[in-house]
Amino acid sequence: MNIPENLKFAQSDEWVKLEGNIATIGISDFAQEQLSDIVYVEITVASGDKVKKNSLVATMESVKAAADVNSPVSGTITEINDDLANAPETVNSDPFGKAWLVKLEVDDPSELDALMDASAYQSYCSNRSH
Amino acid sequence: MTEPTIYELSSPGRRGVRYPDSDVPQAPLPTDFIRKDLPMPELSELDVVRHFTNLSKLNYSIDGGFYPLGSCTMKYNPKVNEQTARLPGLAFTHPLQPVETVQGDLALMFELQEWLKEISGFASMTLQPAAGAQGEFVGVMIIRAYHLSRHDTKRKKILIPDSAHGTNPATSAMAGFDVVGVPSDARGNVDLEELKKVCDDQVAGLMLTNPNTLGLFDENVLEVIKIVHEAGGLIYGDGANMNALLGIARPGDLGIDVMHFNLHKTFSTPHGGGGPGSGPVGVAKHLADFLPAPIVDIIEEGDEDTPPLYGFVTPSKTIGRVKSFYGHFGMLVRTYTYIAMHGPDGMRKIAENAVLNANYLLSLVRDKYHLAYDRICMHEFVVEGHWGDAPEVHALDISKRLMDYNFHPPTNYFPLIVPEALMIEPTETETKQTIEAFANALNKIADEAHSDPQLLKDAPHNTPIGRLDEVRAAKELVLCCWMPEQNA
Amino acid sequence: MFVPHTDTEREEMLRAIGVDSLEKLFEAVPSKYRFPKLDLPKALSEMEAMQQLSDLAFANESARDLVSFLGAGAYNHYIPAAVDSIISRGEFLTAYTPYQPEVSQGTLQAIFEYQSLITSLTGMDVSNASHYDGATATAEAAVMAYYNFRGRRNKFVISPSVNPQYRETLRTYLQGHDKIALVGDAKDADPLLKPEDLYGLIDEDTALVIVQYPDFFGRIFDYTALAQKAHEVGALLAVVINPIALGMLKTPGEFGADIVVGEGQPLGIPLSFGGPYLGIFATRSDFIRKISGRLVGETVDGQGRRGYVLTLTAREQHIRRERATSNICTNQGLIALASTVYMSLLGKNGLRQVAELCYHKAHYAAEKIGSIPGFDLCANAPYFHEFMVCCPAPVEEINSLLLEQGILGGYDLGNDYPSLKKHMLIAVTEMNSKEDIDALCEILEEVNND
Repeated sequence: MNIPENLKFAQSDEWVKLEGNIATIGISDFAQEQLSDIVYVEITVASGDKVKKNSLVATMESVKAAADVNSPVSGTITEINDDLANAPETVNSDPFGKAWLVKLEVDDPSELDALMDASAYQSYCSNRSH
Repeated sequence: MTEPTIYELSSPGRRGVRYPDSDVPQAPLPTDFIRKDLPMPELSELDVVRHFTNLSKLNYSIDGGFYPLGSCTMKYNPKVNEQTARLPGLAFTHPLQPVETVQGDLALMFELQEWLKEISGFASMTLQPAAGAQGEFVGVMIIRAYHLSRHDTKRKKILIPDSAHGTNPATSAMAGFDVVGVPSDARGNVDLEELKKVCDDQVAGLMLTNPNTLGLFDENVLEVIKIVHEAGGLIYGDGANMNALLGIARPGDLGIDVMHFNLHKTFSTPHGGGGPGSGPVGVAKHLADFLPAPIVDIIEEGDEDTPPLYGFVTPSKTIGRVKSFYGHFGMLVRTYTYIAMHGPDGMRKIAENAVLNANYLLSLVRDKYHLAYDRICMHEFVVEGHWGDAPEVHALDISKRLMDYNFHPPTNYFPLIVPEALMIEPTETETKQTIEAFANALNKIADEAHSDPQLLKDAPHNTPIGRLDEVRAAKELVLCCWMPEQNA
Repeated sequence: MFVPHTDTEREEMLRAIGVDSLEKLFEAVPSKYRFPKLDLPKALSEMEAMQQLSDLAFANESARDLVSFLGAGAYNHYIPAAVDSIISRGEFLTAYTPYQPEVSQGTLQAIFEYQSLITSLTGMDVSNASHYDGATATAEAAVMAYYNFRGRRNKFVISPSVNPQYRETLRTYLQGHDKIALVGDAKDADPLLKPEDLYGLIDEDTALVIVQYPDFFGRIFDYTALAQKAHEVGALLAVVINPIALGMLKTPGEFGADIVVGEGQPLGIPLSFGGPYLGIFATRSDFIRKISGRLVGETVDGQGRRGYVLTLTAREQHIRRERATSNICTNQGLIALASTVYMSLLGKNGLRQVAELCYHKAHYAAEKIGSIPGFDLCANAPYFHEFMVCCPAPVEEINSLLLEQGILGGYDLGNDYPSLKKHMLIAVTEMNSKEDIDALCEILEEVNND
């Protein structure tokens, strides 16, 4: 399973990449695999919206499941990924790259400290696979 | 073979039915309101009849074969029910006629309320809910109204065991409640210790499916009910599995406060390819005032010479109405017919034989399939459709392969607490021979899963159409035969 | 009754299970409550049951025994014989919900065609596979609008001229949401208000505006301006329709409606004392993924053959569980099929003809009744096949007189609207001949003479 080293992870399988005070958020490879073929992505926030930690930023649907995506950090949305609406399958093919969901300016970078690093997330996932 | 759509069969100018010419003078049409076009197909009567007859041949049905769908109770739908529901005196009464002109309808509804009360042990009954899911909604709204009427406003939680029906969480959320799960113990009962932990003064109620979706009668049912009642909560009974309890136990006697029936499961009204259902709700005495309005009652007592006068009444603290009029009356006529033909002993025979058939079938397949909870089951049971030594085969593959043997698959992937669940309910109307033939097919498929798994992965092979591309359906979303812009 | 086992077979089965009696299968049931004695009438044979039900039917006077002018949400239309013949086929009647598409293409394609016909009829982009009835479809429209705005808009504006039972149902459905306000149909509101009277109630907090077309009083209004008013503040417009009226009238789609709901009973469904009926629900493509209830979509199998499946099921209650916006599972499958056969038989010309027959006969009746001294046609707008008459006597009294002559009179509007006592709502369909209407008028003339 593919888990990039430079990301932080939430227990609900979102990833966060912090560059300066801008955080990019998406869902992990493990999560997309669990959901199977994604047929629909709806980003439920817009640029300028303030979001709190664990509040909803997107919903995804596959044929068999529906999932909410929550922001693991608090902040103000600066950008959303419009491309996913027309190409939801990107979440399956490139979850850590092209399928980022939203970017936000974080209120408190220390919130990331509570998240898992790559190796912790790796073992978290393998514990759930059997 | 693909059947064209009615739009493809259309030929401009054709008519399937003719009406008499108008016998009154023409009134001027409201020209501002007249539509330019009505883009509907045009067919002859034979076109229409042949089209739908051809379509019907693509369906599996109870009339055509065995339908072992767990928790769906696909029993035989007696033909006499269809005739009684179509008696013109019943089928063509308008719901708003003066009550004096519909005493037959009202007597039937009143008596059916009485019968369902007797069968379930409840004090009052509404026939209004349109389906089981709406019955559930009514039940949960009644629980809400009950607590509010006592100014007990902090009860925001509904407890739902993990072996309950899939609709329960959505129903609770619709009624504005938070859902709290309760796990099962090693025997498939509600885990009493876990239940005690979540039972506090914020619990509005617990939704109990008993027998649960594992097909097991909860051995601690009285204890579960007591714990919830002591915390001030009420018990909602999901009556979808009532077929196992007819004449065996009355939910009201057990202490359940409110429960819905599924007439299209327990009482043999047809499923119709997905409805109409019917979901009457029974309540204990302390909840009677909250029932949806209106309900049928005697409004003038009769005597030896005159029958009573039936009419409608509104319970004093009613939660309101949940649909137009009084319920799915056509389904009530079928249910009335069915109960009338069974009587008290017949009721018990239904449950006894449904449970007998389930246990017999279980005895025939238990060597080849892993049982999640090994106990005497009620009207249904759950096996795992998966083997460690045939890892590529899943429950879905077994289901699809069953179609090649001319059987409808069981319920798949439910309950969620059993991995790769196959939930099987044979019902009381199937013969020993049918059950044996189905068991043979299941056992043969278990062997195929090990010897030739690809045969299962590619199944079904003998159906009118193969496995369909559901991802494409959900992405491209073609939801009608023609493009909407044609409507402009 | 329908249990096939012989005693020998039962013995063999019990032996295979490993128990010696049927009672042994029920030991998990608390003994105190096991095997209750049920006080039910003794079992009848099929022949006796048929007789008992016939007796009950005979105790009624149906809309077919009488000449009916009763509507108010359920209408007496002719049902072509082929409708019942098709829906009586066991392959449709006794099939389950089409979760296994390989063995359910008949039901699935029929629903797909139903969805297509409803979009054609309403001028919308997409229809679901049905709701329970017009009342619950209206409530589901409100629920959809509420979730569309993620609970950020809490006001629902509903006209008092929407069917009173639909408004009641809507209130029950929204009870669980404390913040929601339903406005427009307060007790002191003028029941006969016009669309423009609602403008003042629509604001930034409004999720949905609900009106009926033709409205409960039979009136038809152009809702184009109302749709604009709603859209200006970002709210949605739902229009409750009568499908027969759309055989000739402009569609709500042309007005700019976002959601169209309605009672499908007029489309070939018997009156059946109020149910089962059919909840029509159609909307614009923007809301496809917000629709509750089932949807059938077209796709292909492994060999590229066209086929149909239930789609967007991820939104449904059994997957989304407590995050689902509706708990609906069973809908009105067989009734939707009946309406599909009905619409297919009538086609574009038949539907138009039935609509016009209703329209002309209603206008003939209205004009004639309006000319009877004491009776007032209080129409303040064009109407379709139902109209309101202000009567010189209580409606109940007039209806008793009519019933003596075998006529089922109109609906007493005083039941729902205190300000409309002595107002009768009269419905006329293709089933009413000129003679029926003339007979009605003759008796009404006598009312005034008394």
